[in-house]
Amino acid sequence: MMGEILVLSEHRLGQIRDVTFEMLTKGRGLAEKTRNELSVVVLGHTNIKGFAETLSEYAKRVLVVDDARLENFNSETYLKVLERLIKERNALLTLIGHTSFGVDLAPSLATALNIPLATDCIDMEFEDDALIVTRQMYGGKINVKARLHRSERYLVTVRQATFQTQKPQPPLNGEIIEIPSPLTEEANRKRFIEYVQPPPGGVDITSADTLIGIGRGVKDAQNIPMIEELAKTLGGVLACSRPIVDKGWLPTDRQVGTSGKTVKPKLYIALGISGSFQHVLGMKNSDLVIAINKDQKAPIFSFTDYGVVDDLFKVVPQLKRKIDELKAQKA
Amino acid sequence: MDIIVCVKHVPETAEADLKIDSSGRALENRGLVFDINEWDDYAIEEAVRIKEKIGGTVTAITVGSQEADSTLRKCMARGADRAIRVTDEHLEGSDGHVVAKILHRVIRGLHYDMILTGAQANDDGYAMVGPVVAELLGVSHAAMVKKVELKDGFARVNRELEGGLEEIVEVRLPTVFTIQTGINEPRYVSIMSIRKAMQKEIKVLGLADTGLSENEVGEAGSWINIEKMFVPLAEKQAELIRGSPEEVASRIAEILKARGLI
Repeated sequence: MMGEILVLSEHRLGQIRDVTFEMLTKGRGLAEKTRNELSVVVLGHTNIKGFAETLSEYAKRVLVVDDARLENFNSETYLKVLERLIKERNALLTLIGHTSFGVDLAPSLATALNIPLATDCIDMEFEDDALIVTRQMYGGKINVKARLHRSERYLVTVRQATFQTQKPQPPLNGEIIEIPSPLTEEANRKRFIEYVQPPPGGVDITSADTLIGIGRGVKDAQNIPMIEELAKTLGGVLACSRPIVDKGWLPTDRQVGTSGKTVKPKLYIALGISGSFQHVLGMKNSDLVIAINKDQKAPIFSFTDYGVVDDLFKVVPQLKRKIDELKAQKA
Repeated sequence: MDIIVCVKHVPETAEADLKIDSSGRALENRGLVFDINEWDDYAIEEAVRIKEKIGGTVTAITVGSQEADSTLRKCMARGADRAIRVTDEHLEGSDGHVVAKILHRVIRGLHYDMILTGAQANDDGYAMVGPVVAELLGVSHAAMVKKVELKDGFARVNRELEGGLEEIVEVRLPTVFTIQTGINEPRYVSIMSIRKAMQKEIKVLGLADTGLSENEVGEAGSWINIEKMFVPLAEKQAELIRGSPEEVASRIAEILKARGLI
């Protein structure tokens, strides 16, 4: 008997988000391997036909639920619609992005359906009927293979930017199926109000050729001026990982990573940054990455061209001096 | 406002040398320093700030071993009024789902207007406990909260989305929020206040008190079971520059010059 693998498409402000196509790529592989069928679900209202057209190139079926009450993501309304849909279709596996939307939705959806959920997965495969996932622990320093509790239906949230989107050639030209919305009333526990754009900052780190990224390893705000000196010497700009913004040492517009900016400078020097995947996704496509960190096993070194395992406070002043010397020679 | 904060006692692993133990399914605990989960630290701070502003109580709850008392004491030193720990040998191998089931059983017997917990834990990173607890209790929730504003019977919160964007949602009380780091600046806890907290009682519960059976907890009751731990393969291997700080600096400067970056 053929089962169904569902991918929940994620869209915001009129755009389908990349994680959708990444999940569809992985989902297609899984479906082919296990002889199941791949369907994509889209909930929404404005431009939902356009979304469905785009998605139809990636899956055998596009299940469309068009309802003005689904205009913006809301875990309450999404849960009601998906709970019913997954039950009715008896979907073997449902993939949801491990995004701000996904983490708000998936755990309560799995609870409502009483089916096992594995979150933030970077890989998944079926072994007979059992689902085995790969996920990371301890800030990316350790990977685990884990087995989901045996079930007829599974739910998985998928880490963003883990699978590379491949558009099927030729496009699958999937059938678009309209599903009547099961919603009978407005959400009564949770209401979407509005999006808030980040305040425009003074510095645009995405346009800088040289970025000096600082992380938890700088220890104290008082140490930042010394690193700023190095940045000035290199004609670069200070950027940072999340903990620096959380502590209020640099403004939000300097944050590199999934919740901040994606950068691609000619040079990225990571100082005291351990390299959580959230940060790495924002900088790994930089032309040249140099990292200085005391911990030789810091994940950042896996995304680095040149690594230095040492105390950044010893290396940085020397580095500034050497660069000044070279610049003086040139002049 | 009665607030419950769910906290976890976790190893600090950012700078630690991690070793997988002989079972191949867990970390070697020896040599690791444990503390309150970073996200939970922001959650307890947020709860105490709300209490200071409008009154009420703060209760800290953890599911863990006796060692987790230091994390509960830290919460009380911050301003939590009482603490509950659920400890049982059958909880070994539990995932976030089991932890949520236990929390639900404990919390449903308490009065609460709001439940706060970290958006995720820095050990297993499941990011599921808060919304599962909410669904089991039948109350609203919002994940990855960066700002809480209380109104009459509801709360208006900012949720963190990707790329610096946030969304504002309104949720009806009682509710569960998972707190994102950076929502506040956790206050410094003095040795004096920790000492004072040492004298406060921690209520200890076991599996029997939750009414859950052995099959509903541990590996049997979990959504996922860890089969194997391993060190991830590097996407690319950094060329390590060795030597004194001065030598290292010279080498980096040369590389930058060769690439026309100086």
